[in-house]
Amino acid sequence: MSEQLLKLENIYKNFGNVKVLKDVNITINKGEVVALIGDNGAGKSTLIKVITGVHRPNSGKIFFKESEVEIKSVSQSRKMGIEAVYQERALCDQQELYRNIFAGREITNSLGFLNIKQQRKEAEKILRNYIGFTSKAITVDSQVMGLSGGEKQGVAFGRSLYFNSDLIVLDEPTMGLSIQETEKVLNFVKGLKNENKSAIFIDHNIIHVYGAADRFIILDRGEVVGEFLKNEISREELVKKMIQLHESGKIKVEA
Amino acid sequence: MLSGILNSYFVKTHRLEISITIIAIVLFLIYFFGATHVFTRFPIYRAFMQSMPFFGIIAISATFVVTLGEIDLSFPSIVGITSLTFGMLLTSTDGNFFISFALATALGMFAGLVNGLLVTKIGIPSIVATIGTLFFWRGLVNVISQGSGIAIVDEADGTWHHTIFVDKLFDTIPAQFIWFVILTGLMQWVYRYHKFGNHIHFVGDNKASAQMMGIDVDRVKIIAFVQLGFFSALAGIFTMYEMLYFWPTQGSGLMLTTLAAVFVGGTSVFGGKGTVYGTFIGVLIIGSLESGIVALGLSGFYVQFINGLMITIAVTIYALIQKRKN
Repeated sequence: MSEQLLKLENIYKNFGNVKVLKDVNITINKGEVVALIGDNGAGKSTLIKVITGVHRPNSGKIFFKESEVEIKSVSQSRKMGIEAVYQERALCDQQELYRNIFAGREITNSLGFLNIKQQRKEAEKILRNYIGFTSKAITVDSQVMGLSGGEKQGVAFGRSLYFNSDLIVLDEPTMGLSIQETEKVLNFVKGLKNENKSAIFIDHNIIHVYGAADRFIILDRGEVVGEFLKNEISREELVKKMIQLHESGKIKVEA
Repeated sequence: MLSGILNSYFVKTHRLEISITIIAIVLFLIYFFGATHVFTRFPIYRAFMQSMPFFGIIAISATFVVTLGEIDLSFPSIVGITSLTFGMLLTSTDGNFFISFALATALGMFAGLVNGLLVTKIGIPSIVATIGTLFFWRGLVNVISQGSGIAIVDEADGTWHHTIFVDKLFDTIPAQFIWFVILTGLMQWVYRYHKFGNHIHFVGDNKASAQMMGIDVDRVKIIAFVQLGFFSALAGIFTMYEMLYFWPTQGSGLMLTTLAAVFVGGTSVFGGKGTVYGTFIGVLIIGSLESGIVALGLSGFYVQFINGLMITIAVTIYALIQKRKN
């Protein structure tokens, strides 16, 4: 059995009276891509926000690399090695690429002044080695505004690899992308495994999810209602399960 | 050749700065040829150098807050309350500069902290919160001063601190202008090359993204308001040394000229983009209009009209540059 990276135990999260997460238990192993699937409002986004430190759970335990942790902020989760790649919120549009790559983790001297030269040099490496940008139109000084959705995520992926993240959290990474761009993003996800990195992957498109993930966790109304390894279930069966869940409104999915 | 220059990397990345510089040059050429007798002599420039720093220092500092996509309307009253404090302390301590300076600037930072907390922790939009504190601090000035001024001639005139704040270097250049230039350089450096300036840009650009990148959004905003409080106090102290007098409405005329200088300078009201250099040029433009227009032989009634024209033209150019980019 492979090594455990992240484990959530009995996680509850309420917003006022609304119970968004109810007794959620999940584990993510090293080098594994896990897909979180479920309807809108199932609690997927809240769950990953708990993992990335945006929200704090009302109760429950989080273990990362086998020790219990409290994730209090985004910068803390980043330092631990958990990095989120959000399509809409991955980068800031009007700022240069190299500044985006180092935002919140700037290379500075002891007075806090930026080492622009070093940042640009490292950014150049990231573009070349991790993302494979060779186009002359995109340089480290480009404003992010001019990049396509896939390219933006490429930068976010490159950034997380550069900073040696162990767990990458992807929220709807293929939403609104063209087929070609989607292909690129899915390739990034597959590439993570070669680096022995793990990922949590949320997507509405089961076809994309099925291609990229090793394991599927189905959430419904704040609870984990099903969990399947890819070799246990075919794509068609998985789709069928989702439709069943949707139509019956039942909480449990029969395995 | 011309198209080569226009497409160069420097020009492409500094369109705003270049536009504002051209506007300023054209304006000063108009002054120069329209009122040659005034603008070929030194006194008009000395007058500019004397008066511009009072609002210029605040405009430079306010550029940080505007880049955040926020606004502070309370600084005129922060100037008022800190100047009053400075005057009272200087007269009651028999001219103790250090105590007066430390407490007045500390009060300025406290006023900034209040603004910052109202905006971040309570969640009041900055335009609303700072209208509240604008009235609050001015009201406090009126209550404490009971409408009367404070003369600091005896405590300040001829002292070493008076010398370093507002004396004329080589009998020609007002010290406050030298301070203003040094501060502009320093703040430009912080704005572009310090972590704090970098975070200001990211928070102003997209708050949610900045947070996802691990930037402490609230902290950045609070520090921005605090530094504006500090520089408002500093501007008030400069004014006190120049005038050697505190009067209860001190600072209240600064609001529109200061903000106009920031916007004419090319800093976007939407946040995320701006330039300290542009604000500096904006200060030269806005601060020269009144005397410039009068020197040109137009009556003082034209001042507001041309002021309005300049602001509108400048922001239109920036909007068009932005549109082309998108």
